[in-house]
Amino acid sequence: MEEIFKVLKKRILVLDGAMGTMIQRYSLEEEDFRGSFFNHHHKPLKGNNDLLSITRPDIIKAIHKEYFDAGADIVETNTFSGTTIAQADYDLESAVYEINFESAKIAKEVARQYTDKPRFVAGSIGPTNRTASISPDVNDPGYRAVTFDELVIAYDQQVDALIKGGVDILLVETVFDTLNAKAALFAIDSYFDTNKIKIPIMVSGTITDQSGRTLTGQTTEAFLISLSHLDLLSIGLNCALGASMMRPYLQVLNSKSSFHTSAHPNAGLPNEFGEYEETPELMANQIKTFFEEGLVNIIGGCCGTTPDHIKAIADLAKNYKPRELVISD
Amino acid sequence: MSMPTLKLSGLEPLIITKESNFVNIGERTNVTGSRKFLRLIKEGDFDAALSVARDQVEGGAQIIDINMDEGMIDGKEAMVKFLNLIASEPDICRVPIMIDSSKWEIIEAGLKCLQGKGVVNSISLKEGEENFINQATIIKRYGAAVIVMAFDEDGQADSYERRIEICERSYNILVDQVNFSKNDIIFDPNIFPVATGMDEHNNNAQDFFNATKWIRTNLDGAHVSGGVSNVSFSFRGNNVVREAMHSAFLYHAIQNGMDMGIVNPTMLEVYSDINQTLLNHVEDVLLNRRPDATERLLDYAQTVKGDRKKREVDLSWRENTVQKRLEYSLVKGITDFIDEDVEVCRKEYDRPIQVIEGPLMDGMNVVGDLFGSGKMFLPQVVKSARVMKKAVAYLLPYIESEKGGEFKFSGKVLMATVKGDVHDIGKNIVSVVLGCNNYEIIDLGVMVPPEKIIKSAIDENVDIIGLSGLITPSLDEMVHVAKEMQIAGLKIPLLIGGATTSRVHTAVKIEEHYTNDSVVHVLDASRSVTVAESLLGSKKIDFTNKLREEYSKLRENHKKHQKAKILIPIASARKNKLSLDFSTDEIKKPKKLGITSYIDFPLKKIVDYIDWTPFFQTWELHGRFPKILQDEVVGKEAKKLFSDAKEMLNKIMEEKWLTSKVVIGLFPANSVGDDIEIYDPEDQNKCIHIQRTLRQQTKKAPGQANFALSDFIAPKESGIKDYIGSFVVTSGIGLDEIVAKFESDHDDYNSILLKALADRLAEALAEYMHEHVRKELWGYSSNENLDNKELIKEKYQGIRPAPGYPACPDHQEKIGLFNLLNATDITGVTLTESLAMLPVSSVSGWYFSHPKSKYFGLGKIAKDQFLDLANRKDQNAASIKRWYSSILIE
Repeated sequence: MEEIFKVLKKRILVLDGAMGTMIQRYSLEEEDFRGSFFNHHHKPLKGNNDLLSITRPDIIKAIHKEYFDAGADIVETNTFSGTTIAQADYDLESAVYEINFESAKIAKEVARQYTDKPRFVAGSIGPTNRTASISPDVNDPGYRAVTFDELVIAYDQQVDALIKGGVDILLVETVFDTLNAKAALFAIDSYFDTNKIKIPIMVSGTITDQSGRTLTGQTTEAFLISLSHLDLLSIGLNCALGASMMRPYLQVLNSKSSFHTSAHPNAGLPNEFGEYEETPELMANQIKTFFEEGLVNIIGGCCGTTPDHIKAIADLAKNYKPRELVISD
Repeated sequence: MSMPTLKLSGLEPLIITKESNFVNIGERTNVTGSRKFLRLIKEGDFDAALSVARDQVEGGAQIIDINMDEGMIDGKEAMVKFLNLIASEPDICRVPIMIDSSKWEIIEAGLKCLQGKGVVNSISLKEGEENFINQATIIKRYGAAVIVMAFDEDGQADSYERRIEICERSYNILVDQVNFSKNDIIFDPNIFPVATGMDEHNNNAQDFFNATKWIRTNLDGAHVSGGVSNVSFSFRGNNVVREAMHSAFLYHAIQNGMDMGIVNPTMLEVYSDINQTLLNHVEDVLLNRRPDATERLLDYAQTVKGDRKKREVDLSWRENTVQKRLEYSLVKGITDFIDEDVEVCRKEYDRPIQVIEGPLMDGMNVVGDLFGSGKMFLPQVVKSARVMKKAVAYLLPYIESEKGGEFKFSGKVLMATVKGDVHDIGKNIVSVVLGCNNYEIIDLGVMVPPEKIIKSAIDENVDIIGLSGLITPSLDEMVHVAKEMQIAGLKIPLLIGGATTSRVHTAVKIEEHYTNDSVVHVLDASRSVTVAESLLGSKKIDFTNKLREEYSKLRENHKKHQKAKILIPIASARKNKLSLDFSTDEIKKPKKLGITSYIDFPLKKIVDYIDWTPFFQTWELHGRFPKILQDEVVGKEAKKLFSDAKEMLNKIMEEKWLTSKVVIGLFPANSVGDDIEIYDPEDQNKCIHIQRTLRQQTKKAPGQANFALSDFIAPKESGIKDYIGSFVVTSGIGLDEIVAKFESDHDDYNSILLKALADRLAEALAEYMHEHVRKELWGYSSNENLDNKELIKEKYQGIRPAPGYPACPDHQEKIGLFNLLNATDITGVTLTESLAMLPVSSVSGWYFSHPKSKYFGLGKIAKDQFLDLANRKDQNAASIKRWYSSILIE
């Protein structure tokens, strides 16, 4: 994977936009999620988007294609909830291998159709729906709904299937609890070590509000320090905030990180109906300042962004140089 | 050579560069070093153990070292528990953690609990290279820095040569074989005691200094640390000498490049403050400057045997002038000394009134300024008010006994919760805040009729009238009061406040009826002072003109918006109703049909069901619970408030302040159009109540239905038997008596706190009972297993809409609900004329069980539906219209 490092030296890479927002457009029903594979499953499966890689690969492939056509260099696999921990809500722990393997496979199939420039597939590794460093029970702050060891086992399974499915990059994203991410990195590093393999790792945290901290209370810089022990391809921020509100924290990463930086913000903040309203133009305009200040190496979109957003961002990115790496001290 | 920068993190970064000052590692959370900490851990008193950690961080420790190596405790379990608890204490875990153990399994268990980048203390070559490499590889994978002891297969390094030999070997293995970051390596080259009487120990300190210097010069990036108190081991019991030795040792160690260390800050003298003779003797020993150094220090030590400095409760503020003391008490909300200080003042001043006008008002101005600039929060201000009230109460008899004693307030404000409404927490908070800012408050209480408001306003000659209310019918009542004020010819500004009030409602519905003076909507208590000041000050005209303009714009916008809102005819809305599947497997017959009641239901059972977020909102502390406790701005106050609340909750339960009562009814039911017919459980052909529901009339996107609650119940014509539930719960019985006690003690803080808690308990009781119904009484989700967070998020099947809330804004439906359950007889809850429930901490509503039933907002309705409803209810449309004014578009 020398290639991606080479490309990163030359230009700003574009990551794709939201998967969930695009899936919503298809107004899918329970049957779509079940397909023939989960026909007899005892729980409702509507909303378990990761399953669509198995039951409606046509839709997922079409979405990947739309993003590549819009100019994305990297698309993320449809595996945000592809761990046994997240799938436990649906009693579908057993589907985790399929989800990740198939998601990786179909994303690569789409990527191979393009020959104009290198196209990459990043295996999306979500935070799971449990936090390792906060208790869900206020009356018992010492309790944990998930342990580090459980997370490591779950992430190991996800990583194994993603790599076997052929991803080029691993993307540990939407990190709201740094301890969960440390477990992911622990699993990845052990997996690399055991299987004598190595692919680039991206990490992306989420700053949940304007206090500038993660959900578990870390400042942006503390977050960076806590995850700098592996040789990362990039560290960045995604979700929670729109581009303009993300900027101050990207500036922190820009000045402190010796890795590449990435950003995939939401299309603004959700309105009272939970919808994202920021137009591609509006969003691109805010991202323009990222480029002008040289804050990022990789740019994309999170909740509410569409191929139109990515196209607007990709068109703009061409005109700017990537951020220069600061030399680590 | 690169810059040796060690980057660590807790919630915040700790970056140690060459320019950094010495980094102080807290050592008191160590069972091997602190007997007190060991006792706390043994006894399982983790709260007190956390305080030890907190004290260290507050005392300036930049890293805290935690050690649980003790034979009598399960070290691994204690380490994990303590670290998990620390993770919930942002004022502790903002600093990096050092996991200190000689047992690898404890170290690894600890590493699994740290989200930040911590330090492992320690590993060494003691058990050979392979073990060392394995451990270092794993530590790296967890993302921690490491302390390496100067220890190898042959033992601990005790000379300069052995120290540098082991450190160099360790360093090379870490950097070359493990690929460990150079900057993350910290050496502990062993601090050993000096002046032991054994000659071979004489150079111990000097060897440490030299080894430190060598490491910092030759091992690129590496740092040096150590446990300082070891050096003075032979002077145990003589703290004067020990403290001098520690600081002199540190002074030289730092000079040589030691950049962090485990130091007890209370066992440290300031280097420049050390008695010169003592310092000379100590440095002779440390630097091994003369052969008789030890004897000389021992001799000298006999003469300076002293006790360790004692720490005292900080009462230094009591040494200030009495004026400053009063200010301090007011700002900090301390009542302990208030009578004493006020008495001193009273004697100092000519007249008692001057104590209020002078030092007390000065203090309250400080409080007002701090609150205004966001440096104090509502709970603190309410506590300040308590202090002020106590002070005034103390002075009152003196003021009254002297002639012509009258105090000038900034203004007089009448406060009232309007007729038909009983909610007064918000009103009381506004009263307190205004009271704190030198306004005289005439509080008429709750359910105050307009004539009383007007009469009191005239009799008391007030400057402002403030109206408050929570339920939607109160909005109409406020309009009514405004009209009456206009007719009575009052010329007094009118303030409008309360949860359902809004700027728009004030502008559209109230302002035009009262043109004699201004009408102002006040969003929350913190705005009340500025509004009052603007209304009574010289800038009133500017302020009211601006306000008028703003409100008239709001009215225009509102009109445009109204027009834009398309309502469809009720007939079309009904055609677009939600059609659910009522096959028999979706419907479950309740296990226990009919009425169930619980008198004096134990509050203990429902405490865990409390949703705390709204509790904090009451106090104008905004944020989600429990995250709010860690909020950077309000977290500290939120925590205090939360601890006061928990303490009061215990009292409520132990001393039985409040009694809760519950009545629940489960009945056969079917829908007929938009109505729900409820049948006698004994005789299913006998209809005992008809519940009317309202249907959404907004135009919907294709595929979206126009909801009514009746859609969730099987239609009569389907022939399928369906069921509905209803409930009234209260936890407010006994509330008034206790509140009266607090108020007679001028204790607004506890009075408001108790009311807010009673409200939360009522909601928690409703939540608990809903679960009880789902799992037991009705039993349609007997396998449900949700935690409180999931309950708050309404993850369960079915809903419990309450009359007066968005899905059924029709308060009138409460009457039928109460009759159906015989609720007043069973629970003692009554309905006021505006259909508010009394006692105030009560909740009522219906249970729907269909899996597709969900909460929705009714929105606005058109006249056709309203007339149809009046017809169905067999009531005169004109006479019931006022109940629907907030939802009806004509």
